[in-house]
Amino acid sequence: MFSSIKAAVDNAISGDTIFIKTGVYNESNIVIYKKSLHILGEEGTIVDTQENGYGFSVEATDISIKNLTFKNIKVSYTKEYAAILLFKSYDFIIENITVENAFFGFLIQKSKDGFIRNNIISGEGKAEADSGNAIHLWHCENIKIINNDVRRMRDGIYLEFGNNSYIANNYSTKNMRYGLHFMFSNNNTYENNIFEANGAGVAVMFSKKIKMYSNIFKKNWGTASYGILLKEINDAELKHNIFEENTVGINADGTNRINYSENTFKNNGYAIKVHGACYDNRYTKNNFLYNSFDLSYSGNLNNNSFKHNFWSNYTGYDLDKNGIGDIPYRPVKLFSYLVNRTPESIVLLRSLFTDIIDFSEKVSPVFTPENLIDSEPLMTQITW
Amino acid sequence: MLKILKYSFYDLMRSSWSYVYFAFYLVLGIVLLFLNNNLSKAVITLMNVIIVLVPLIATIFGVMYYYSSKEFTELLLAQPLNRSSIFLGQYFGVAISLSMSLILGLGIPFIAYGLLKSGAIWDFSLLLITGVFLTFIFSALAFNIALSNENKIKGFGYAILMWLFLAIIYDGLFLMSLIIFEAYPLDKVSLLGTILNPIDLSRTLILLKLDISALLGYTGAVFKQFFGTSLGLIISFVMLMIWVILPVLRINFKSRKKDF
Amino acid sequence: MVEITDLHKTFGKNNVLNGVNLNINEGGVFAILGPNGSGKTTIIKSILGMVIPDNGLIKVCDVSIKNNSIYRHKIDYLPQIANFPSNLKVNELIKMIKDLRGDTHHDKTLIKTFKLEPFLDKKLGTLSGGTKQKVNIVLTFMFNSPILILDEPTTGLDPISLIHLKELLKAEKSKGKTILITSHIMSFVEEVADEIVFILEGKIYFKGSIAKLKTKTKQKDFEHAIANILTKEDA
Repeated sequence: MFSSIKAAVDNAISGDTIFIKTGVYNESNIVIYKKSLHILGEEGTIVDTQENGYGFSVEATDISIKNLTFKNIKVSYTKEYAAILLFKSYDFIIENITVENAFFGFLIQKSKDGFIRNNIISGEGKAEADSGNAIHLWHCENIKIINNDVRRMRDGIYLEFGNNSYIANNYSTKNMRYGLHFMFSNNNTYENNIFEANGAGVAVMFSKKIKMYSNIFKKNWGTASYGILLKEINDAELKHNIFEENTVGINADGTNRINYSENTFKNNGYAIKVHGACYDNRYTKNNFLYNSFDLSYSGNLNNNSFKHNFWSNYTGYDLDKNGIGDIPYRPVKLFSYLVNRTPESIVLLRSLFTDIIDFSEKVSPVFTPENLIDSEPLMTQITW
Repeated sequence: MLKILKYSFYDLMRSSWSYVYFAFYLVLGIVLLFLNNNLSKAVITLMNVIIVLVPLIATIFGVMYYYSSKEFTELLLAQPLNRSSIFLGQYFGVAISLSMSLILGLGIPFIAYGLLKSGAIWDFSLLLITGVFLTFIFSALAFNIALSNENKIKGFGYAILMWLFLAIIYDGLFLMSLIIFEAYPLDKVSLLGTILNPIDLSRTLILLKLDISALLGYTGAVFKQFFGTSLGLIISFVMLMIWVILPVLRINFKSRKKDF
Repeated sequence: MVEITDLHKTFGKNNVLNGVNLNINEGGVFAILGPNGSGKTTIIKSILGMVIPDNGLIKVCDVSIKNNSIYRHKIDYLPQIANFPSNLKVNELIKMIKDLRGDTHHDKTLIKTFKLEPFLDKKLGTLSGGTKQKVNIVLTFMFNSPILILDEPTTGLDPISLIHLKELLKAEKSKGKTILITSHIMSFVEEVADEIVFILEGKIYFKGSIAKLKTKTKQKDFEHAIANILTKEDA
């Protein structure tokens, strides 16, 4: 029996399990160094760091920390204080941890093979500068981040040089920057997550082979908000995602060989906005429903293709009843082309005049890219 | 003025046109709701209708009423009544009866559909408020045109031309000038251009609540400041008020000097 | 009663009134005569405030009518073309005018005189021109104002109604009212008018009794006297 967690940790040897009784522990900077420990709190165990550095600072293998609540993590402009810091740790489990008033939640560095699950992390930061990330991975591999709730932080989940990781069933909301953020991180999968009302839902930057399945991106609604921001990424796949009420559903900049299939874009400002040089992206069997603009393209079409999508704005017909519209659909409207050129002209959105020019452009295209068409648009919505 | 308003209003409430107008909105509301099955989508479609048709109908109705009640006006002029109360009374009679047709025609199907329990009620109310503003603005403009033109055909022609200009041509010129001067900073100019046309103003006001706010903010800091805060809403409403007040003042001024 | 001093009015390029001076005393029937376009209606409308003069002063009962509407309580006006809101019923119109001007009970007897009872519940749009004129007369005579202005009162009236109208005029005159009439029917004018005012090209050409006109033109017949003025002018 020890009166402080620190004393217990200091006196434990590798392989020990430490049970923490219910209570408030005003402790901070508890160091676990090269000891395999399993720390378990009773219900209602609170570690209040009283704005005094880290909660746990760990460098160890085969370690678990479960069932604790951390409070009041110090905000610093020079150091990244977190409830739990893991450094060069392998085979870890962080589970059922609640972090309130967090600066950083979990800071995982140079670590491998871990689980981060069923945690709730929330911050109180007012600006990006004085808030950190809920789950922050740096140079990590094979981490499974499952069923966490992260909110009001800078980024919900951040991976920098994080590879082969799996992120699923998380709820990320009201984060100031991104709900989920990949930098230089390859071969990751994220699925069944919900990203709601973040600065931007997900940012995937300078990364390869990211699989994005069955996520919901909604209400990322603000002046520079996206469902997903894709920047300089290759060989990714997006499937069964739902983008609803985002300023921009997908903002793609310098993306190559991306497959978009069976996604639904509904009530977004722009469903997809493409900048820069993007090659060999395929858009098949997606639903584009009631977006202000389905597609905006600056630059050349560059071997990107649209096929078998459902467009709610499609007004063609299907005489041979094969489920495919007999005339092609042009997803780029003249007005969206003009808005690209002169952004201020957005004030004319949905005016009768722009409807008229869109219609005349549809009848005889002059300005919009000639080969930017869905030659086989579907007549009914895709379901999966 | 209230007496004249009352009689003009009763007179219009009996005219079959009010019922046609009312029935038109009733059918429109029902068709939109029960075919679309989506309240928010119906609100967007309605917006398109309101910002184009309400001004047109108010314009035609205003001109028509003025010319058709000309003899009645002369009868009133010989009575011990103020000129401004005669014309303002007639104007408000027209504007209010048109607004009633609009509010009831659209309101009934939407309430029947379960609007009161839906989140779209604010969007819908804003739509109706804007529609009422447009009715007041365009019937006032129509009265102005009619007051300045003795010739019925000419008056009708100018009124339709005015609608055409504000509903379509203005936006065309606006868009063209934005493209021509795209090298210059245009955010303030484009805001100004929007504010100066009541149809554009109403459209933006409704879109602020629907989908445009974020898209506009996307364009730049000035837009963000204007559309992202209540400032935009307040300025828009103030401008709509001015758009009502100025033509009404001119009706008053013009009617004082006119010979009958 | 009505005092007009140096009245000028131009419609566009058309100079209609050119310095009209006219003083109409209390009591009696005054007929304003003149060829088409001579400015009769413009004078009447100026007195009513429907036409705003370019220049000049109009006083009704010694009060300037400029920017004033209350003085019209003293005037009953019968317009030339009676056209009413077609959706209103006759009794609603009467009620409305009463509502605007104040209550009166005189309308009942007038309705009886002109046999308008069967039309009271009809919409004005469905009435014939003559019936409309009768409604018009009822509206004018039902108030007991000191000045009456009648612009072509005989239009569309059947002979019996015409007789009723003349009787009415006589009755009103006997009450000491000032009555202004324009008409093309010379026999009617001769019968009712105490004094005539003849307007030509925007100016008062003649003012005085019919007898005076006859002596001036040396004609025995009133109609010829008028014609005489016109041909002289042409010559």
